[in-house]
Amino acid sequence: MLEHDVLVVGAGLAGMRAALAAHQRGANVAIISKVHPVRSHSNAAQGGINAALTDRGDSWEDHAFDTIKGSDYLGDQDAIEYMCTEAGPELIDLEHMGVIFNRDDEGRLGTRAFGGQQRARTFFVADFTGQAILHVLYEQLMKADVRVYEEWFVLELIVEEGECCGVIALEIATGRVFVIRAKSVILCTGGLGRLFEPSTNALIVTGDGIALAYQVGAPVMDMEMVQYHPTTLKGSGVLITEGARGEGAHLLNKDGERFMQRYAPNMMELASRDVVSRSEQTEIDEGRGIDGCVLLDCRHLGEALIAERLSQILEIGMDFAGVDIRKEPIPIQPGMHYIMGGIKTDMDGRTIVPGLYAAGECANVSVHGGNRLGANSLLDTVVFGHRSGNHAADWANGKPYRDLDVDAYVDGKEKEFSDLFSSNTDERWSQIRLDLGRAMDRHMGVYRDEEGMQSLLAMLPGFRERFAKTSLQDKGRVFNTDLIFTLELGFMLDCAESIILGGIERKESRGAHSRTDYPDRDDENWLKHVLVTRTDDGPEVSHLPVTITKWQPEERKY
Amino acid sequence: MQITVSVRRYNPQDKENPSYWQEYSLDVEETSSVLDSLIKIREEEDGSLALRCSCRSAICGSCAMRINGHAKLACNTKVSDVAEDGGTITVEPAGVMPVVKDLVVDQTLFWDKVRQVSPWLQPEGEEPEAEYLAPNSDMTHLAGVMACIMCGACVSDCTVLEMDPNFIGPAALAKAYRFAADPRDDEDASRLAALSEYGGVWDCTRCYECVEVCPKGVAPMDRIMALRDKAMEAGYTNNNGARHTDAFEASVSHSGRLNELTLPIKSFGILNLPAQMSMAPVAVRALMRRKIPPIIHKSVPGVKNVRRLVESVKEEQQGEGE
Repeated sequence: MLEHDVLVVGAGLAGMRAALAAHQRGANVAIISKVHPVRSHSNAAQGGINAALTDRGDSWEDHAFDTIKGSDYLGDQDAIEYMCTEAGPELIDLEHMGVIFNRDDEGRLGTRAFGGQQRARTFFVADFTGQAILHVLYEQLMKADVRVYEEWFVLELIVEEGECCGVIALEIATGRVFVIRAKSVILCTGGLGRLFEPSTNALIVTGDGIALAYQVGAPVMDMEMVQYHPTTLKGSGVLITEGARGEGAHLLNKDGERFMQRYAPNMMELASRDVVSRSEQTEIDEGRGIDGCVLLDCRHLGEALIAERLSQILEIGMDFAGVDIRKEPIPIQPGMHYIMGGIKTDMDGRTIVPGLYAAGECANVSVHGGNRLGANSLLDTVVFGHRSGNHAADWANGKPYRDLDVDAYVDGKEKEFSDLFSSNTDERWSQIRLDLGRAMDRHMGVYRDEEGMQSLLAMLPGFRERFAKTSLQDKGRVFNTDLIFTLELGFMLDCAESIILGGIERKESRGAHSRTDYPDRDDENWLKHVLVTRTDDGPEVSHLPVTITKWQPEERKY
Repeated sequence: MQITVSVRRYNPQDKENPSYWQEYSLDVEETSSVLDSLIKIREEEDGSLALRCSCRSAICGSCAMRINGHAKLACNTKVSDVAEDGGTITVEPAGVMPVVKDLVVDQTLFWDKVRQVSPWLQPEGEEPEAEYLAPNSDMTHLAGVMACIMCGACVSDCTVLEMDPNFIGPAALAKAYRFAADPRDDEDASRLAALSEYGGVWDCTRCYECVEVCPKGVAPMDRIMALRDKAMEAGYTNNNGARHTDAFEASVSHSGRLNELTLPIKSFGILNLPAQMSMAPVAVRALMRRKIPPIIHKSVPGVKNVRRLVESVKEEQQGEGE
């Protein structure tokens, strides 16, 4: 019997931080991940990690205010306060573990400027901060000798008598189904970017954890808050870091105008992401773009700075757009990047299902609210990964394992698989996923309205029907990616449901949720969270108040 | 453009015909990558084709494979760079590691070797309250090594690993360098001692293959050479590699050429008779082919100039060291 006190699903920054925390608490912990830990999508975080260090004259209150303003006042202020006060210690922990952060002249950690913040508090490793931290956390995981079920895919959470007590999982290399018993399970599966086409997200980012929790009745919250990043490559959706603008790059329209001066005269290119993306989209929609794009101009930054601090972007420009950013501006457009919404948790990472925790992008402890600030996502993962790891270990401590009818769980899955493997239709995951992704991008993109979202909702049953008829072309069990992509599509359909319902429900414009039919923020009616819960009678929408500690909502200007 | 992708397929479930080549013809954009082509095949034509891929932008390290015979990341290899219009691209799984299915290899060996170098920071003494102080130049230098995405391209094409699975290999040694060169790490001595053993830094044959195939500019071989220098500086000279280096240098500084008669003797150690005897068959074979070094070792004409060169290089190195 495979069993662990704490089982962490996903091995990105949140997952590895959670596992290390639980390990240090003395728990028998394991990670299960559909890819090797260093392949996780935390790699893609380029720009940095925010922290207000008091010995630099910064204050956590300023960081909290910037985060709250960035969230368009939808973030829960108690959680934001916790994140911002823990930022310093977490950052120093990472440095002590071995992260090679860039330094200032005195050899102390150096900073760069990032969007939506009054001062430079973003700590970084060139333009591959996520990768640099991810690899160091994996070093620590090797040191701690934490077991990792590498390339295992979680199919379902096991909940008995209301408590989460393990998972059913597929070992991808063999195609065998196993039950792993656990006293607590922490979901750290990241976002759901591939539900949109295009997206900056890696192909593995398919909302698995969000759907797993949703399926067992844990509510998801503010799912309508989907971040479109201002600088992505057309077509592929490959990301160009906000660090480029942090280092001083300009955004130009087809007339060569720095158009942000009309939208955010003070912060210019470094306004919040939702603001910059909307401005770009407006330029493009009003005919001042070039072939659906605007331009990011790095030329004046100089070759030396580009080589030291934006080396990856230089490579990406060459490889994926055929543009040398030292010599010409690169065409970019807003592209789906991040989900602020997610599984509702409290500050300890707890969902409403006892024993089930969540942290990182798949969770919504509500530190990002309606719009996440750049470089706050890495911070979220380590702060709340750490805390949920601690609490999941404490929850498991001294608790007996539940007796599970393992064979029944395995046989149930095998039956589902044998139906899927014997299906012979022309329907495949790839076409459905593409159609779904394009529809999501079209109707849940930078601008939304009732009509578009309703039409999208009306399409869902059709997508589900096609999904139910899906067939596999790979009929073997060994490393069957055809099977994995099909299972992921099922997760994505569940995520789509909650995003669309959340979007239709929120009748205002706040953060990333911009409705042309309700263009203004409406604090009187909508300063609250929107939750979607799956029930036997279908999805149920409900509300929760936003926690406000000391920052009252104000008009948001950059 | 029109291309044919010829893929080395492998299906362990097919007992009769597990391994075969399969050709796919497809139309792709001029700017597409090899990965785009493989994804197109997988999504539109043949869902049974197995490969790992995720980020599409050369940061996750999933898609290392052999393209036209050399290890590359499929995602940052442009089709137009490896084939003409109407041409064929061959795609095979990475080398050295066993194949699981199609282009998917088992990377256990890769990670075992990484683990072998104790790849975590080991500072001594109490942690400071704030960050460790470190020069930015050291950190940006290390960033060049940390840029490694563990894709395994270097291991796939390492000519030593192909022959000797005991070699720690380019990726793991580059990882070891990342700690040996980190001013915060205090385990240099034990690290360098371990790396001077059989399978360590002296087993690299300097074939440059890893430098060629690394998609991130990590240049593993250069890191291995830097580790050799560090090991010798730290006094780990009681091994064939270090003795060979010293003997090489002594011979060239003395006479401007290699003394091939004394080189093996000095490399193995003058008193190491069994090892020297093991060279006897080589010597006999060389003799039979009349490949005989001059019995009387003479200096090259103008050897003084060679010595001056050696001196000036040494002075330069000392200058750098200070």
